Amino acid sequence: MHEFKGFLIKEFYHIFRDRRTMLILFAMPVLQMLLFGYVITNEINHAQIAVLDKSDDYITRKIITRLSASGYFEIKSYLQTHDEIKEAFQSGEVREVVVFEDNFSESLNRFGTANVHIITDASDANTANLIANYTSALIARFSADEFNKDSRGLTIKSDVRMMYNPEMKSVFMFVPGTMAMILILISALLTSVTIVREKETSSMEVLLVSPLKPAHIIVGKVAPYAVLSLINAFTIILLGHTVFGLPVLGSFILLFSECLLFILMALSLGVLISTTTNSQQVAMMLAMVALLMPAILLSGFIFPIENMPFWLQWICKINPSTYFIIIIKNIMLKGSGFMAVWRETLILAFYTFFFLFVSIRKFKTRLT
Amino acid sequence: MSNPVIKGTHLCKNYGSVQAVRDVSFNVNEGEIFGFIGPDGAGKTSLFRMAATLLLPDSGNLEVCGLNVENDYKKIRRLLGYMPGKFSLYQDLTVEENLRFFASVFRTTVSQNYNLIRDIYEHIEPFKNRRAGKLSGGMKQKLALSCALIHRPRLLLLDEPTTGIDAVSRKEFWSLLRRLRDEGITVLVSTPYMDEASLCDRIALIQNGQILSTDTPDVVASAFEHQLFAVKARDMYLLINILETCPFVRSAFIFGQEVHVTINDYRNADEDKLVNYLSDKLADVVVYQTKPNIEDCFMELMSNKTKKG
Repeated sequence: MHEFKGFLIKEFYHIFRDRRTMLILFAMPVLQMLLFGYVITNEINHAQIAVLDKSDDYITRKIITRLSASGYFEIKSYLQTHDEIKEAFQSGEVREVVVFEDNFSESLNRFGTANVHIITDASDANTANLIANYTSALIARFSADEFNKDSRGLTIKSDVRMMYNPEMKSVFMFVPGTMAMILILISALLTSVTIVREKETSSMEVLLVSPLKPAHIIVGKVAPYAVLSLINAFTIILLGHTVFGLPVLGSFILLFSECLLFILMALSLGVLISTTTNSQQVAMMLAMVALLMPAILLSGFIFPIENMPFWLQWICKINPSTYFIIIIKNIMLKGSGFMAVWRETLILAFYTFFFLFVSIRKFKTRLT
Repeated sequence: MSNPVIKGTHLCKNYGSVQAVRDVSFNVNEGEIFGFIGPDGAGKTSLFRMAATLLLPDSGNLEVCGLNVENDYKKIRRLLGYMPGKFSLYQDLTVEENLRFFASVFRTTVSQNYNLIRDIYEHIEPFKNRRAGKLSGGMKQKLALSCALIHRPRLLLLDEPTTGIDAVSRKEFWSLLRRLRDEGITVLVSTPYMDEASLCDRIALIQNGQILSTDTPDVVASAFEHQLFAVKARDMYLLINILETCPFVRSAFIFGQEVHVTINDYRNADEDKLVNYLSDKLADVVVYQTKPNIEDCFMELMSNKTKKG
């Protein structure tokens, strides 16, 4: 163990003394997360909407006033017929049309319910979802304010219709995907160069002649980054929560442990790349191309896996990022416990051991 | 005599179609400084890596400390101190951190073997908090040597330790090596500098992956059977041109400030013939007999080889 300890200390020196590594390790995740934060904003301000009020009575007018007074919406136009809805969307002037059915207050009084249709332009899926959620929330609030003293239990039913992208997935899809991407990219990128660097500077020759075992070298390369990446995981969760308003409904400890597992998996993969390549450039390219693209495109991050051709679905299935995204969505958004994600966790753990094992086996005790 | 520390027989190593080592046999005995002398690309580094168990020979047999390099490489590695040709310490670690790291990796501590490296380490100790990358060439090599010695190896492998170092540091380095030999450590060293050959106990001249000659430096040099002349003139460029076209000159190589010349009929060689020939064509010609050194032998063996080949 004496030699392993010495090796670990050396690795920490390398990390702390290399400004580039420190930047990648600590500044890049924050930067990426913030960039994504600004690109996908979850605040809406003066979103332009149109209203088709077929009833035009005192309740619908009250609702419309409530909507425009909220500050979130600006009523751009009042439509007269259903045909105008399509036109309004196609002109790109409005993002949402709120449709009140005929005889709105009458049906509310007579039957106890009335219907509002919220139609949004879901070609911009994230915004569409946000706007629809805000609108239905405002209407629900209105109905609570107005009718809570009324014993008849009046309700306004708002039903949301997404135009142009009816299968739209949740906006929160994006954030877990971003987290997976940042973690896998940074972790794998950093470790992918570590062993190759020693080969390039020929310090590997001396290490090979020493009594250090391959396992010492591999684990010694992964461990320091794993420790430091914990800070990373924490920052990312924190940013996801504050910037994106992403809830953490499940156990924070569980979420954190899953992040650590995913980081370990990515680091092991990076080391595997490092043991099999001979130059830092090749290693970095491999890490970027082989990991970044699948992490973004083939993990369900942006594109739903169900819509892919069969053979691509299979690639998604062997992509570890896919499982991590499932795990964190379950924990963060659904508040699931370990029992809901144990299968995915097991898969990630398997990958970690597999990559470490192959790295140690493939580690060459001689020069080639 | 005890068994040789390194025993190589008929070693070959190819990289693709390039034959780096061709049928090389050599022995390194306990407690000697054995030098591989030869130009870049002669195959010295390949031989070092084989001895360090980092490369396996394609054919032939190699034993280090009585152990086979293929099967017992783990045992051999504990007995070795290895310094690759390229500076291989960590540039971002300080002198002291490097030394401590290698001590820990070899399961020892700096204090345990300090008396062995004291002479060397004292030179660099004033800079112990400096990053290794910021040291001068000579100091880097002293640090690398300290690190290679920290576990008191039985055999020290130094691949071109003095390449790119100033003359004073080179001299110091060699006196350190002799002191290590006196401590009982066997040293295998390589160098492209012919003048360092005479500092070894035994040498092997290497060219194109083959050993041209193996013996003590004196014996290797005495194998030079021609009378050697040193020739000087004011215009050296003209001198070498004239010598190369001279009918009775056998060989002429520039050697610092003079040209070393051998004559075809060496039994009757005397400087008069040369002086007469040159004085007609050049001013300030000086010719005198000189003793051949290793480099002369090397040139001689090399040109013999090319003539035969």
